[in-house]
Amino acid sequence: MTEELDLTGQDSDAGSEEVVLTPAELIERLEQAWMNEKFAPELLESKSEIVECVMEQLDHMEENLRRAKKGDLKVSIHRMEMERIRYVLSSYLRCRLMKIEKFFPHILEKEKTPHEGELSSLSPEELVFAKQYMANTETYLKNVALKHMPPNLQTVDLLRSVPKPDLDSYVFLRVKERQENILVEPETDEQRDYVIDLEEGSQHLIRYKTIAPLVASGAVQLI
Amino acid sequence: MIYENKIKRNEVKSGGQSDLIPTIKFRHCSLLRNRRCAVAYLYDRLLRIRALRWEYGSVLPNALRFHMSAEEMEWFNRYKKSLATYMRSLGGDEGLDITQDMKPPKSLYIEVRCLKDYGEFEVDDGTSVLLKKNSQHFLPRWKCEQLVRQGILEHVLS
Repeated sequence: MTEELDLTGQDSDAGSEEVVLTPAELIERLEQAWMNEKFAPELLESKSEIVECVMEQLDHMEENLRRAKKGDLKVSIHRMEMERIRYVLSSYLRCRLMKIEKFFPHILEKEKTPHEGELSSLSPEELVFAKQYMANTETYLKNVALKHMPPNLQTVDLLRSVPKPDLDSYVFLRVKERQENILVEPETDEQRDYVIDLEEGSQHLIRYKTIAPLVASGAVQLI
Repeated sequence: MIYENKIKRNEVKSGGQSDLIPTIKFRHCSLLRNRRCAVAYLYDRLLRIRALRWEYGSVLPNALRFHMSAEEMEWFNRYKKSLATYMRSLGGDEGLDITQDMKPPKSLYIEVRCLKDYGEFEVDDGTSVLLKKNSQHFLPRWKCEQLVRQGILEHVLS
């Protein structure tokens, strides 16, 4: 599908590495990020480079289509492709926004502490959005209910009231790179923790907490 | 009840009447529970209003607006604004409207029937279509999506 594109396939990632991706690889990465985000219970790392590159691609395609001959069959096919890519991108961003709105106190709290080599899970625009959402909700609650209450009850600790993401929920995954010695912690007191190996290409149903770092590094793919 | 609790608490502190402490604790717990119920109700309403933005778009139908309090309207306007700022910053000149494309696209053009009189509607290549009640048209999908959500057009699945 994307091999039919008559634009030159080069896009350089923003950031320290100058990796050249073909459009097909870029779309594949977007789809992987989209599926991971959809099935993970918590907000994953922000892939803003992929978002930017895909937006650039869509703009290029739009321009090419405008210059192309009308009524050509290729035009419809490319338009369809563009719609699909736009859907995947929108769905990915919507999923992230929903998670931000759902877990906003915990996410903002995590952002306050300095990272120890970890990448932020929010892009700068998402951070602004999250802060505004928090301020908005707090002002609303204060004006409507809390200011009528006695002074010692006026603050609501959002960090405790808003539920945390459930990291113990089970997810399906497919292993992309062979992993050894993954420690699985016991759920109940009767079980003991055991160690498993993950073969490449195998599929598992496992608690998210166990494999969270593997999702971040890209060694497994949630399905 | 709140006032009584405060007075009781002051009494205990000053008078040292320790046998009243369970009463105060109980009252405090019920106060906290009442507050939790109130905040839960308000927060749930906020979540529904947020869902309205994603379903209806920026302009809410009047019937819904009457059900919202002034502060809720203010919250809605501020939420709208911060969502719009975020969408505009997404890339390119105008950004990406992520409230569109809610479902995966099945085809480029769709058959729609008009449910209400809307008037003239312009398509990409300049031709305009008159949307009268019960008229059927074959239009590009991305143009119609918003109108379908607002209830003006109906997707015909034959």
